[in-house]
Amino acid sequence: MNDMTPSREDRVANLKGLGTSRKRVEDARFTQGKGNYVDDVKLPGMLFGDFVRSPYAHARVKAINTDEAMKVPGVLAVLTAKDLEPLNLHWMPTLAGDKQMVLADGKVLFQGQEVAFVVAEDRYAAADGVEAVEVEYEELPVITDPFHALETDIVLREDLEAGADGAHGPRKHHNHIFLWEEGDEAATEQAIGEAEVVAEEMVYYHRTHPCPLETCGAVASMDKVNGKLTVWGTFQAPHVVRTVASLLSGIEEHNIRVISPDIGGGFGNKVGVYPGYVCAIVASIVTGKPVKWIEDRMENLMSTAFARDYWMKGKISATKDGKITGLHCHVTADHGAFDACADPTKFPAGFFHICTGSYDIPVAYVGVDGVYTNKAPGGVAYRCSFRVTEAAYFIERMIEVLAIELGMDAAELRAKNFIKKEQFPYTSALGWEYDSGDYHTAWDKALKSVDYEGLRKEQAERVEAFKRGETRKLLGIGLTHFTEIVGAGPVKNCDILGMGMFDSCEIRIHPTGSAIARLGTISQGQGHATTFAQILASEIGISADSITIEEGDTDTAPYGLGTYGSRSTPVAGAATAMAGRKIRAKAQMIAAYLLEVHDDDVEWDVDRFVVKGAPERFKTMAEIAYASYNQAIPGVEPGLEAVSYYDPPNMTYPFGAYICVMEIDVDTGEHEIRQFYALDDCGTRINPMVIEGQVHGGLTEALAIAMGQEIAYDEIGNVKTGTLMDFFLPTSWETPNYTTDHTETPSPHHPIGAKGVGESPNVGGVPAFSNAVHDAFRAFGLRQSHMPHDHWRIWKTAHDLGLHG
Amino acid sequence: MAKTHITLTVNGEAKELLVDPRELLIHTLREQLDVTGPHIGCETSHCGACTVDIDGKSVKSCTLFSVQANGADITTIEGLGTPDELHVLQQAFREHHGLQCGYCTPGMITRAHRLLQENPNPTEEEVRFGMAGNLCRCTGYQNIVKSIMAAAAEMNAAQEAAE
Repeated sequence: MNDMTPSREDRVANLKGLGTSRKRVEDARFTQGKGNYVDDVKLPGMLFGDFVRSPYAHARVKAINTDEAMKVPGVLAVLTAKDLEPLNLHWMPTLAGDKQMVLADGKVLFQGQEVAFVVAEDRYAAADGVEAVEVEYEELPVITDPFHALETDIVLREDLEAGADGAHGPRKHHNHIFLWEEGDEAATEQAIGEAEVVAEEMVYYHRTHPCPLETCGAVASMDKVNGKLTVWGTFQAPHVVRTVASLLSGIEEHNIRVISPDIGGGFGNKVGVYPGYVCAIVASIVTGKPVKWIEDRMENLMSTAFARDYWMKGKISATKDGKITGLHCHVTADHGAFDACADPTKFPAGFFHICTGSYDIPVAYVGVDGVYTNKAPGGVAYRCSFRVTEAAYFIERMIEVLAIELGMDAAELRAKNFIKKEQFPYTSALGWEYDSGDYHTAWDKALKSVDYEGLRKEQAERVEAFKRGETRKLLGIGLTHFTEIVGAGPVKNCDILGMGMFDSCEIRIHPTGSAIARLGTISQGQGHATTFAQILASEIGISADSITIEEGDTDTAPYGLGTYGSRSTPVAGAATAMAGRKIRAKAQMIAAYLLEVHDDDVEWDVDRFVVKGAPERFKTMAEIAYASYNQAIPGVEPGLEAVSYYDPPNMTYPFGAYICVMEIDVDTGEHEIRQFYALDDCGTRINPMVIEGQVHGGLTEALAIAMGQEIAYDEIGNVKTGTLMDFFLPTSWETPNYTTDHTETPSPHHPIGAKGVGESPNVGGVPAFSNAVHDAFRAFGLRQSHMPHDHWRIWKTAHDLGLHG
Repeated sequence: MAKTHITLTVNGEAKELLVDPRELLIHTLREQLDVTGPHIGCETSHCGACTVDIDGKSVKSCTLFSVQANGADITTIEGLGTPDELHVLQQAFREHHGLQCGYCTPGMITRAHRLLQENPNPTEEEVRFGMAGNLCRCTGYQNIVKSIMAAAAEMNAAQEAAE
C-alpha cells in the first residue's frame, strides 16, 4: 500500500457492488424513448400476420372459406390448420405434456381460439383480411365450471384417446387431466379426525391474467439464402424457444437465432409458446419474407396465459390452544381447453405443495385434480413461482379461518406455529427442505412497526361505534406471513421440456480491465444489466460501471432457462458469482507470477491481489487483465474468460411479513388502504433500490388481483373482461404508498446468499389485502368470501351479513 | 384506399406525408416516421403508453386518426431532451427509480411534462390524479410520483434562480 492507493473504503465504494443502490444503466435508453421492443423491429419487406379467432367457446368448425380474404388488397396468404398439417404444425406440444391446436383443427374449445392466420402487407390489410374470412361454426354445449366438467357426458378433447393415461398418469374422466398428490393422506385424515378443533373452508383463487403493458409478439425472418431463421419475440426463455422451434420445424438449432429484445413486462405471460409465434415462423418460411405478429390487448387477455383458477378445499386441525396438527387440501384446478401450464415437467401443480407455508405442520396432504373446460389455456406463474401464490393464499386464509374457529388472535396463532429459527434447514411434511429463515424476528418487527396492539384496540372501538350507528366504516387488519419457494431449480428434479433448469454466465475481461458478461436469463424490467454487474463487481473487483451485461440473444449468450419464478438471482446470479470466482482463481495465478511469489502468497483485497504481509506489493485486476493478454505466463493460457453453468443444490425460500390496514365503507363497498407495511427477507440484498421497486410493483399487482382484477366468463364462455375497461389495472389514483422494511437471512447454499424477491410481494400481498377485507367483517361473522373484492362484492358481503339494516 | 395529404410538426421538424384516412396517429408516428418512443399498450385509450403532446395537450395517439392531427404540433418523448441534455423529468425518473421495464415510460414522462406545465407546483394528490390516465404494471407508481415531485421541485428552483 502506498500513498497513491485509495482507501479500502473508497475502493469498495468505487465498485458499486453488492448492497449498493446503484442507479440503473437501462434507464438512459428507456427514458429517451430508445428502448427496442419487438414492435420496434422493422425489416425491409416485412409482412404482418393477424388471427381470425373463434367467437364461440365450443363449436365444430364446419368450413373455412378464404376466397374473399385473398381478394383483399394487400393480403398474401391465409393459413389454416390444413396448411399446417403437412408440416405437422397444426398442433404443438405444451410445456405441461399436453398438446394444443395452433390453428383450429375441426373444432374450437375456447372463445378467442386461433382459427386462421392472415398474412398481409401491413397491419390494416391483415385486419381487413381477417374480417373477410368466412368460418362456418356449429355450436356445441359449453362447460365453464370445472366441477360440472367432471360429471358431464360432453367430451371436450375428442383428440385424446378415451381411457388412455395423460402426461401425469391416469385420467379418471374424459375431461380430467391428472390427479397429482403429495403427502400422507391417511395420516393426515387421522390427525384431523382426532383433533380438538378443525376448520374447513373452500378457498377460491379466481382466474386472472398477468397483463404486462406490452402484449406478446414476434418477428420471424427466414433467410432462404443462408438457411438461417431469426426470431425476435417476447420470450422470457429465449433459449428454450430456440430448442422448441428447432424440434418443431426441423431446422437445425445452429440455424435458428432467437432474440428477446427489450421486453415490456412479462410477469409469466411470456413464458409459454403461443400459436402466434408458430404462425409467424411458418408464414416467414412460406413467403420468404419477415413476418410480424403482435397481439392486441383483447387477444392478450382472451388467449395467452391466464393464471390461477384454483378451487382449494381445505381442512386444518389444531389443539384447543392453537397448535396446528394437520393440513388437508384438495384442489380442483381449471386448466382450460389445453393443459398449457408453465411448470417444471414433474410438477403439474407447480410447487403448490409449499402450502404448509411458514408453519411447522406435522402432517399434511395435497391432491390436485386438473380439469379441462371451455376456457383459454395457460396456468402461468403470474409474478410467482409455479402456483406458490395459490399456496400462500390458501394457507394464509386457512390460518385466519382457524383463528376464527379457535377464537384466537390471528397474529398469535401464526407466531405459535412458525417454524423456529433453530429448525432450519427444515423439511416440511410435503417434502420441501427450507434453506433458512427467522420468522419470529420478522413477525415481531412487523407487529411492532405498525403498533399491532394499538390497531386491534382501534378496531374494537370502531366495531362498537359502528354498532352504535356512529360510523359506517369498518377497519380491517390484514396479516400475512408467507414463505416462497423460488429459484427452480435443481436439475435432478426440475426441467422444462427436458431441459434441466440450470442457468449460466459467461464472462470476458477485456485487456484494459473492463468486462462483458452474458447470461442465459432475460430481463423484463428487473434491471439485470444493473444488478448482475453488481454481483460481478464484488467478485472480481472491476467497477459495475465497467461491466456490460448482455442477455437474450441465443447466438451470443450461453444456454439458460430464462427469467420467471424469481429464478434469475438464485440461479443465474449464482452462475455469475461462480464464473467470477473462476476469473479470480486465474487472476491469482497471474498476480503471483507478476509479483514473483507463490500462488498461495497472495490474497484478494477488494480489487487486487496483494502479497501477504507486504500490502505495498500488489496487482490490481486491471493490471492482471492486461498481463493476461500481453505476457507469456508459463502454464497459463492467454486471456481472461470464464463460464459457469450453475445447477443449484436446492431452491431458495424468501419470506416476509405484510400488514395491510384497510378502511371499508359498508354502504358503497369502497375501500381505502390506510397503511401497508411490507417486510421482506430475500437473503443478501444486491440493490436495495431495485428491491424496493420490485416490492412496490408486486404489491400493486397483488392489489389489483385481490381487489378487482379477474378473467370472468359468462355461462356460454364469453370473456366478460377482455379490455382494460373491464379488466382492472390500478392507476396511480387507486394505488397507495407502501412502507418497506427488511430482515436479512442469507441462503446458506447460494454463493452470495441471495434468495430472489421479485415475486414475494405478489405472493404475500394478495392474502394481506384479502385478509384485511375478511378481518373487517370478522366481528360480524364473515368466514370466507371470494376474491376479487371489488366494490360490488364487498357491498354484497356487508349486505349478506345484514349490515345494511 | 385513397391517401390523404397531411402536414405535421413532430419534435420541431416539419413533416409532409400521405396517410390512409383510417390510419391511427400512433401508427403514422411509429411506422412512417420511425418515432418509436410512444408505444401501443391497449388501443382503447386506457393505458397511456402512446401518450404524445399535441398543441399543448396530452393526447393518446392510439385513438386519434392521423388526418385529425393535420397541421398539429406534436411533441413525443424524443423531443423532450437530448442525450447530452436530458430533460429534468428524464433525469428524475432515473434518479428515483421511476421505471422498470420502460414500456410505459415515454408516455408517462410525456404526460408528466404536460402536467407540470399545467400545474408547476402540484401536491402528491394532484400528481396522482393528473397521472391516472397512464398505467404502469411494474413500479406501483410510488417512485413515479416521487420522480415527478422531485422534477417539479427542481424545475421550480431553476425558475426561481433565473428570476
